[in-house]
Amino acid sequence: MHSLLSRGNSVLAYTLSVLVTLTFACFLSTILVDYRTGTEMQTLKIEVKNLPEYGVSKKINDLGHITFNLDTDLTSLFNWNVKQLFVYMTAEYETPTNALNQVVLWDKIILRGENSNLRLKNMRTKYYFWDDGNGLRGNKNVTLTLSYNIIPNVGRLPIVGAIGSHTFSFPSQYTR
Amino acid sequence: MFDGFLDDLKRMNKRQFLYQVLSFGMIVSSALMIWKGLMVFTGSESPIVVVLSGSMEPAFHRGDLLFLTNYEEEPVRVGEIVVFKIEGRDIPIVHRVLKLHEKNNGTIKFLTKGDNNSVDDRGLYAPGQQWLEKSDMVGRARGFLPYVGMVTILMNEYPKVKFAVLACLGLYVLVHRE
Repeated sequence: MHSLLSRGNSVLAYTLSVLVTLTFACFLSTILVDYRTGTEMQTLKIEVKNLPEYGVSKKINDLGHITFNLDTDLTSLFNWNVKQLFVYMTAEYETPTNALNQVVLWDKIILRGENSNLRLKNMRTKYYFWDDGNGLRGNKNVTLTLSYNIIPNVGRLPIVGAIGSHTFSFPSQYTR
Repeated sequence: MFDGFLDDLKRMNKRQFLYQVLSFGMIVSSALMIWKGLMVFTGSESPIVVVLSGSMEPAFHRGDLLFLTNYEEEPVRVGEIVVFKIEGRDIPIVHRVLKLHEKNNGTIKFLTKGDNNSVDDRGLYAPGQQWLEKSDMVGRARGFLPYVGMVTILMNEYPKVKFAVLACLGLYVLVHRE
């Protein structure tokens, strides 16, 4: 009746069920948290060039160059069920050929305990701002938004858009 | 212990044995039913995937479990973690959407990148492929459960473990009586 095997079995089963319950409680406890927060962005230098995207295609596409300021404090987003934030800045715009273009220009991984108060000045983009064609020159309505994907210890993987955006226009002349 | 099992087997009559076989069948078929039901419910051909590489670290490590959905009406947007298949590769890849272009008629093409990789995924795609399309997508990551997938990784890397576990489970179900 009380052999080593049956004792081991019940200890293991009990440990497992406690772990499952705690994990589920952790998931439930943060399911309704509102993760929205504000951000401020500005663009400084704005240029557009017309080049072939080497190594990808021989087509000549528009390449945007911008530098930006970004001001946001994400410290309040961290709770016990947030392991990491994936923060990214997206440029969103419309062109004659595409109804919607989204290009991620910059991103950052913030682990719990790292500095999450971002005060970026005169930053260059992390990724190239290639358009899918020639829709950047003279584009009057390019919107920068900041979003973050919350990576929990366990549970949902919400993507939240920060409140606040910045709209800018590209010059009507190519820079050489 | 093993003698006990054999004794149980000997004492069983035909009816009991048949009953055990049937209940074993019930377990297998209900597991299959749950999996297929999840496929219908989530719209994804593979609603649960195990992360097999470190390309999304530190968000996802090897052995973490992801729950996917693939609803037709939900548009794909940048920043989402998608699971996609590449022609000529058996194992689906879990990466994040970096760039997306949607044509006026609604067709999309997108480019992905792993958080832990320094370059985008064009080197991983099939030769000559520059973009992914909606048909390449298996699903989008919606839920996250750490470590649990380690079990399947263990079983796949050491097939003997898999057979041992399966044999034990099968024997237990066949022999066990309330």
